[in-house]
Amino acid sequence: MIDRVGVFEAVNQAISWALRLRVLAAFSASSASVRRGPGAESLTGTGVGKMIHSLFLINCSGDIFLEKHWKSVVSQSVCDYFFEAQEKAADVENVPPVISTPHHYLISIYRDKLFFVSVIQTEVPPLFVIEFLHRVADTFQDYFGECSEAAIKDNVVIVYELLEEMLDNGFPLATESNILKELIKPPTILRSVVNSITGSSNVGDTLPTGQLSNIPWRRAGVKYTNNEAYFDVVEEIDAIIDKSGSTVFAEIQGVIDACIKLSGMPDLSLSFMNPRLLDDVSFHPCIRFKRWESERVLSFIPPDGNFRLISYRVSSQNLVAIPVYVKHSISFKENSSCGRFDITIGPKQNMGKTIEGITVTVHMPKVVLNMNLTTTQGSYTFDPVTKVLTWDVGKITPQKLPSLKGLVNLQSGAPKPEENPSLNIQFKIQQLAISGLKVNRLDMYGEKYKPFKGVKYVTKAGKFQVRT
Amino acid sequence: MSAAPAYSEDKGGSAGPGEPEYGHDPASGGIFSSDYKRHDDLKEMLDTNKDSLKLEAMKRIVAMIARGKNASDLFPAVVKNVACKNIEVKKLVYVYLVRYAEEQQDLALLSISTFQRGLKDPNQLIRASALRVLSSIRVPIIVPIMMLAIKEAASDMSPYVRKTAAHAIPKLYSLDSDQKDQLIEVIEKLLADKTTLVAGSVVMAFEEVCPERIDLIHKNYRKLCNLLIDVEEWGQVVIISMLTRYARTQFLSPTQNESLLEENAEKAFYGSEEDEAKGAGSEETAAASLPARKPYIMDPDHRLLLRNTKPLLQSRSAAVVMAVAQLYFHLAPKAEVGVIAKALVRLLRSHSEVQYVVLQNVATMSIKRRGMFEPYLKSFYIRSTDPTQIKILKLEVLTNLANETNIPTVLREFQTYIRSMDKDFVAATIQAIGRCATNIGRVRDTCLNGLVQLLSNRDELVVAESVVVIKKLLQMQPAQHGEIIKHLAKLTDNIQVPMARASILWLIGEYCEHVPRIAPDVLRKMAKTFTAEEDIVKLQVINLAAKLYLTNSKQTKLLTQYVLSLAKYDQNYDIRDRARFTRQLIVPSEQGGALSRHAKKLFLAPKPAPVLESSFKDRDHFQLGSLSHLLNAKATGYQELPDWPEEAPDPSVRNVEEEDLSLIETHVGLLGEYTEVPEWTKCSNREKRKEKEKPFYSDSEGESGPTESADSDPESESESDSKSSSESGSGESSSESDNEDQDEDEEKGRGSESEQSEEDGKRKTKKKKVPEGKEASSSDEDSDSSSSTSESEMSSESEEEQLEPASWRRKTPPSSKRAPATKEISLLDLEDFTPPSVQPVSPPAIVSTSLAADLEGLTLTDSTLVPSLLSPVSCVGRQELLHRVAGEGLVVDYTFSRQPFSGDPHMVSVHIHFSNSSDTPIKGLHVGTPKLPAGIGIQEFPEIESLAPGESATAVMGINFCDSTQAANFQLCTQTRQFYVSIQPPVGELMAPVFMSENEFKKEQGKLMGMNEITEKLMLPDTCRSDHTVVQKVTATANLGRVPCGTSDEYRFAGRTLTSGSLVLLTLDARPAGAAQLTVNSEKMVIGTMLVKDVIQALTQ
Repeated sequence: MIDRVGVFEAVNQAISWALRLRVLAAFSASSASVRRGPGAESLTGTGVGKMIHSLFLINCSGDIFLEKHWKSVVSQSVCDYFFEAQEKAADVENVPPVISTPHHYLISIYRDKLFFVSVIQTEVPPLFVIEFLHRVADTFQDYFGECSEAAIKDNVVIVYELLEEMLDNGFPLATESNILKELIKPPTILRSVVNSITGSSNVGDTLPTGQLSNIPWRRAGVKYTNNEAYFDVVEEIDAIIDKSGSTVFAEIQGVIDACIKLSGMPDLSLSFMNPRLLDDVSFHPCIRFKRWESERVLSFIPPDGNFRLISYRVSSQNLVAIPVYVKHSISFKENSSCGRFDITIGPKQNMGKTIEGITVTVHMPKVVLNMNLTTTQGSYTFDPVTKVLTWDVGKITPQKLPSLKGLVNLQSGAPKPEENPSLNIQFKIQQLAISGLKVNRLDMYGEKYKPFKGVKYVTKAGKFQVRT
Repeated sequence: MSAAPAYSEDKGGSAGPGEPEYGHDPASGGIFSSDYKRHDDLKEMLDTNKDSLKLEAMKRIVAMIARGKNASDLFPAVVKNVACKNIEVKKLVYVYLVRYAEEQQDLALLSISTFQRGLKDPNQLIRASALRVLSSIRVPIIVPIMMLAIKEAASDMSPYVRKTAAHAIPKLYSLDSDQKDQLIEVIEKLLADKTTLVAGSVVMAFEEVCPERIDLIHKNYRKLCNLLIDVEEWGQVVIISMLTRYARTQFLSPTQNESLLEENAEKAFYGSEEDEAKGAGSEETAAASLPARKPYIMDPDHRLLLRNTKPLLQSRSAAVVMAVAQLYFHLAPKAEVGVIAKALVRLLRSHSEVQYVVLQNVATMSIKRRGMFEPYLKSFYIRSTDPTQIKILKLEVLTNLANETNIPTVLREFQTYIRSMDKDFVAATIQAIGRCATNIGRVRDTCLNGLVQLLSNRDELVVAESVVVIKKLLQMQPAQHGEIIKHLAKLTDNIQVPMARASILWLIGEYCEHVPRIAPDVLRKMAKTFTAEEDIVKLQVINLAAKLYLTNSKQTKLLTQYVLSLAKYDQNYDIRDRARFTRQLIVPSEQGGALSRHAKKLFLAPKPAPVLESSFKDRDHFQLGSLSHLLNAKATGYQELPDWPEEAPDPSVRNVEEEDLSLIETHVGLLGEYTEVPEWTKCSNREKRKEKEKPFYSDSEGESGPTESADSDPESESESDSKSSSESGSGESSSESDNEDQDEDEEKGRGSESEQSEEDGKRKTKKKKVPEGKEASSSDEDSDSSSSTSESEMSSESEEEQLEPASWRRKTPPSSKRAPATKEISLLDLEDFTPPSVQPVSPPAIVSTSLAADLEGLTLTDSTLVPSLLSPVSCVGRQELLHRVAGEGLVVDYTFSRQPFSGDPHMVSVHIHFSNSSDTPIKGLHVGTPKLPAGIGIQEFPEIESLAPGESATAVMGINFCDSTQAANFQLCTQTRQFYVSIQPPVGELMAPVFMSENEFKKEQGKLMGMNEITEKLMLPDTCRSDHTVVQKVTATANLGRVPCGTSDEYRFAGRTLTSGSLVLLTLDARPAGAAQLTVNSEKMVIGTMLVKDVIQALTQ
C-alpha cells in the first residue's frame, strides 16, 4: 500500500528532479531529431529488451510512413540497412527477411506492396516475429478491408491503437481478432459519420471480457437475430506438370474458412463423410485436438465472425485429379528475331463441373520485345516492361477449346532464350472439392435456437505450373 | 479535472484556453519554432473542457508520432489529460506518455499518482491497464513505485492483472537491473500460478530476467507441460523454447545408446559394456558382461514433454510448429524425430518469409537426418515463380536429400533448373550437381558429362560455374579424366568467356602430364592469340607456360619465352609483373637464384581437392529455429543449448508436494480438454467380441509367468552389492521375480544410470564369486539398505514366508520390504483360481524410480537410515487387471506395493505386472487418457517400449484415490489396442502406517471419540489366536503400522490416510476364549466403517 503521503512525496521529489533533468531532457529531444547515419545509432535503452523493439512501415518507393516504438525510440536511420539490402536484392521478393546490423536485427515481411520492418535487439525465434507481423497485416486487412498505405494512413489512430494493444513491451498481448474488436471498433462509414457528429469514438467503452474468460478467442454476449453458420471448403491444387504433360508433383491444399454468426456460446461439431482423407491438418486454437484425434470430428466453440477453421493437405499424388491440360508449342528460332507461340487449354477430369476463371500467366524471357497473338477466346495482354503475358480465358467449353497463338518478337541480335517459359495457370471450379472431401453434418450444442447452416465447396488452382 | 494530479491542479487556474504560456517552456517549444503555430492550437484544444476537441487534438498528435515527427513540446499540455474521463482521450494520452515520458521525465512524474489510484481500482481491467502504462514509463525515479505495484499485482485475484504483472517484470528489469533479486522472487511466485493466461508471460519474464535460474522451473515443470496446450500461441513458443533448454540440462540423451546401436548392434552393446567395465578386468567375457548394460529408459518427465508438445505440431502458427520441431530435433529419440517433417513441409505453403526460415532449418536438419524428409522430396521441387532465395534453399535441401536411390529423379529435376532464366539459380544448380557428384560416386560420370555439356552454354556465368565445378571434380581423380581435359582443351577454340578460358588453361597446366601432347599445342594457340586475350586469361597463359616449361622444357622452351616476352610489354602491370616474376623463377640465370631450384615445388605443388559440402553443415550447434541459426552467427543474447548431462540430475526435484496434476485448471473447449462417454461402451463391446473370437489357450497359461530371458538374470545383480551376501542366503530363485526385477531395474536406471555404472565395476568382480542361480534371487531394491542388520533373520524367515507370509513382519517392521519371491511361480499358476485379495503374495519390494535413485547412496554406506514411513511389507496379493483372453494375450495384474509413491506422497503406489502370453511382441504399452471421477489422479507409468512374447514387465503407477474406494478407470494402450481397465482399492490400501508410541496412540485416540469411533465385537476363530497371526491378518488387510502395546492381549495399529492425512487408529482387544473387540478411530467415518468390516472378515475367516 502506498499511502497518500507517499504519493505527494513522490510528486515533490519529481519537481526537484525536474530542475535537474531539464537539461537532460532538452538534450535528448534534440538528439532524437538528428537523423544519424547507419552505425551511428546506438542502444538507447539501459537494458537489453527482447522481442520486438520497433516497427517501421515502408512503402515501395522507400518512404517510412509509420513508425511505432514499444520501448525506447530507435532512429529511422536503422532502416538504411534495410534499404541497402533491398537495393542488393533487386527484386522485392528477394530481400532477406532477416538482416543483421551492428546493433540490431531487422526482421521484415513483404505484404501487399508494403514492408513491415521490425527492429529486434536480441535473440528471438525469427518465425515468432514473422508470424506476428503477418498477424498485424491480417488485422489491418480485417479492419480496413485492405492492407494498403492509404488505408493505414487514413486510419493512423486506429492503427496506433491496434499496435498498442497487440504488443506490450515487445511481447504479443492481444492478437485475437474478437478481442481486438471489442477493444477497438473497426471503422465503418456509418460509424465515422456518427462519430463526427456526436464526437464519440472508436474505442469500445466496455472492456473486453474475452481476455479474462476461458475462451480467449470469443467475445461474450454475442447476439444475432439471424443465426447463421457458413463454411467454405476451399481446395487449391498445387502441381508441377512437366513438358510431356505428366505430373511431376501434385497435392491438394485445402482450408475451411468459417463465417459464424451465432448468438451466445454455441458449441459446434463438424463431421466429415471421409475424414481420413485429410493427411495433415492444422487447427484454429478453438478446436479440441483430442476429439479430432479420437473421433475425427471438429469440435469447437467458434470465434465470432470470419476465421480459418482448419487448413489441411491431401498429398498422396494419385488422389489428385488434374482438371486441365495444356498443349503447348513454344519455340524461338536461332538467329532470327522471332519465335512461335501456341497454347491450347482443355478440360480433363473435371467431374462434370465447368472450369471457369481460367487465366494463364507466362513470364516471357527478357529478350522478348513484343507478342503478336490471336486468341479464340478471352483476351490477352503482354506487358513489355515486366515481360508478363496474361491470357484471360474465362470458361472452357469442351466443344471448342480455347487457344492462343502467334508470333513472338525478339530483340534482334540477342541469343535465343534457352528455356521456354513455364505457364502458370489459374482456374476455379465451383461446388467441387477436388479431394472428394464432404462435410457430413454440423451439430450445435449449448444453445437452443436453430441456426441456418451452409457449406460451399470451391476448387482452385494453387501454384499450378506447366513446364514447357 | 478533479482527477488531475496535484501539479496540474496548481496551475489549473491559469491554464485556460487561449493562454499560450506553455508554449514558452524552454524544454518544449524552443527547437521547433516552425511547428509553433500549429502546436499552439493543439494546446488550446487540449486545454478546453470539451472531450471532442481534446480527442481531435490527441488524434492529430498521435498521427504526428506515427509519422515520426517530434511532438515532445506538447508534453505538459497532454499530460494534464491523463486523468480525463473520456476513455479514448485517456488511451491516446497513454500512447503519448509512453512515447515521450523518457524524454520528459520530470513532467511524466505528474501522471504517476493517477496510475497509482488506478492500481487500486475495483475493476481488474483498470488495474491491469494502470500497471501496464506505469511500467511502460521509462523513468528511473519510479522504480520503487513500480516494484511495489508489481509485487502487489502478482498476488492480485485476477489472472489478467497477474499477467500484466508478468509483463511488467522485464520492463522494470531493463530500467534497473539492480532489482533482479526482488524480481526473481516475483517470478518465482508467478511461476507457481496455475492459469494459462499467466504461464506464457511469466516464462517470458523468466527468460529475460533470470534464464540461468533453471532451478525455479523444477517444481513447475510438470504443470507447464500440462498447461502448454491451452496457453496462447505466443506463450507456447516461449515456453517450448525454455523447456527445450531445461530438458537438455535435466535429462539424459535419448540417442546415446541408439547411435552406438545403429552402427553395429552387437558390437556397440559389447563396446559400451567394455567402457563401463574398465578397470574391472578385461578378460571378462563379452557374454557375461552383455546384460549389465542398462538399456536407456526415458525419464517420464522427458516423455511428458514430448507427448504434450506433439499435438502442437498442428498449430496454425508457424512459430509454434517450428518451436515444437526444434524441440523434437534436439530432445527426441531418433525414431521419433520423424513426426515433425510433415508439419514442417506444411509450412512451406505459407508466406515466403516463413518458407525462408523453415527451409533454412530443414536444410540443417536434412544433413543430420536425411531420412526424415526423404518422403517429402517432391515438396521441395522448385517452381519458376519462387523467389531466388527460396529456390536456392530448396536446392540445398534437394541436394542434401539426394542419395543412391533418388538421384536419377533429382538429377532430372536439376536438368530442368539448369535452363532457368534465373542465372543465380542456375549457378547454384551447377554447384548442387557438383555436390551430388562428389557425394554419390555412382553418378559422378553422368554429372561430369552433363557439366561438360554446359560448357557450351551461352551464359558466361553458367560456363564459369561449370568449369569451376568440373575443375573441382577432376581434382579428386584427375588420372581417369584425361578425356575430359582433352575435351576442355578443344573448347578453347569456341569458348569466349574469359573466366571459362582461364579455368581451362589452369586445368591443362595443372594436369599437363595427363595430356602431354595436347598441352603444348594449347599453349601454341594461346601464344598466337595472346595479345587479344582478357587479362585473367593472359595470367593463366603465363601460368600454363611456366608449368609446361618445367615439365616439358624441350618442346615448350621457345613458346614460353615468346609468351613471356609478349607479357613483358603488356599494358597491364599485373601481367608485366607476373611475367617478370615467372621468368626469374623458371629460367635459370647466372645468379642461379635459390628460388629457381624450387620452381617445380612452387608451380607444381599438389593442390588439395576442394571439399564440396553444404554451408548448412554443423549449423545445428545453434538451436534450430533461433535467430542465431538463421544468421549462422551468435546473436546478442543467444543462449547456447546446453549439452546433455553425463548423468541425470535428481529427477525428484520436479515432484510437487501438494499438487494433484490432474486437477490443474482445464478449460472448456480448449484443445486439451475433452470428455466423452460413448467411446467406453464401444470399446467394451469390441472387447467382448474379441473374447468370443479368441480361442482359449489353456496350455499357454503357465508359460507367461515363468518364462524369462537368460540375460535378465545378471540384471538383478545391479542391486546393491552390500546385499548380495545375504541375498544369496535366501537360496531360492524365482524367475518371475527376476523378470520383475529387471524391469524395476530399468526404471531405476532412468534415474540413476550413472550411479549404476559406477557400481558396475564392483559388480563385475562380485559376480565371479556368486553363483548365478543365487544371484537371481537377490531381487531387491536399495531401500533395504536398512535391512542389512536383519539380514540373517530374513533369510530364515523367507522360507517361513511361504506358509505364513506375513509372520515375520511383526519382528522387523520397518526393516525390509524385501519379500522372498519364491512363492511367485506357484502364485502365478494359482491366481486364476484363488480369490486374489487374500493371496499373501509379497512381490519384491519396489521403490519407484526417483526414490531408488535417492536411496542408492545409502546402500553403499550400509547405514540403517530408513524413512520411517516405509511400509513394513507389501502384502496384498495380485489382482487381475486384464485377463489373458480379454487382453489378447496380454496379462495384466496389479498389486498394491505399499511403498510411498515417489511422484506424489498422496498417491497409492500400484505395481502393474504385464506379461505377454501371446506369440507376438506387444509394443508401446502405456496409459491412455484416464477418465477419472473428480479428485482422483493418476501418475502414469513410463511407456513400456516392447514386451517380447513370454516376457514380463512391471511398472509402477501412482493413483490418488482421494481417500475413497472409487475405482480409477483408465485405458491401457498398446500400439494397436486399447483396453479399459479399472483399479478399485481395498480400503486398507488407502492409508500408510504411522509409528507412534503407546502414549501418543492413547492421546490421539482420546481425540477421536464419539462419532469417530466404531466398535465391533467378534469371535476370533481358533486358528487366529496367536499373536503373529492376528498381526499378520490385520496388516494384510490394512496398511497400518503396529504400535507397541503394554498388555499382551491388546493390539494397536496406526496409520494415516494418504490424501487427507487423517489418522486411522485400530485397536483389537482380544479376550480369552476368542471373544474380541475391534475399535477403529478415524475422522473419516466411511473409511473407519469399511475398515472394521474388512478386518473382521479377515480375522474371522
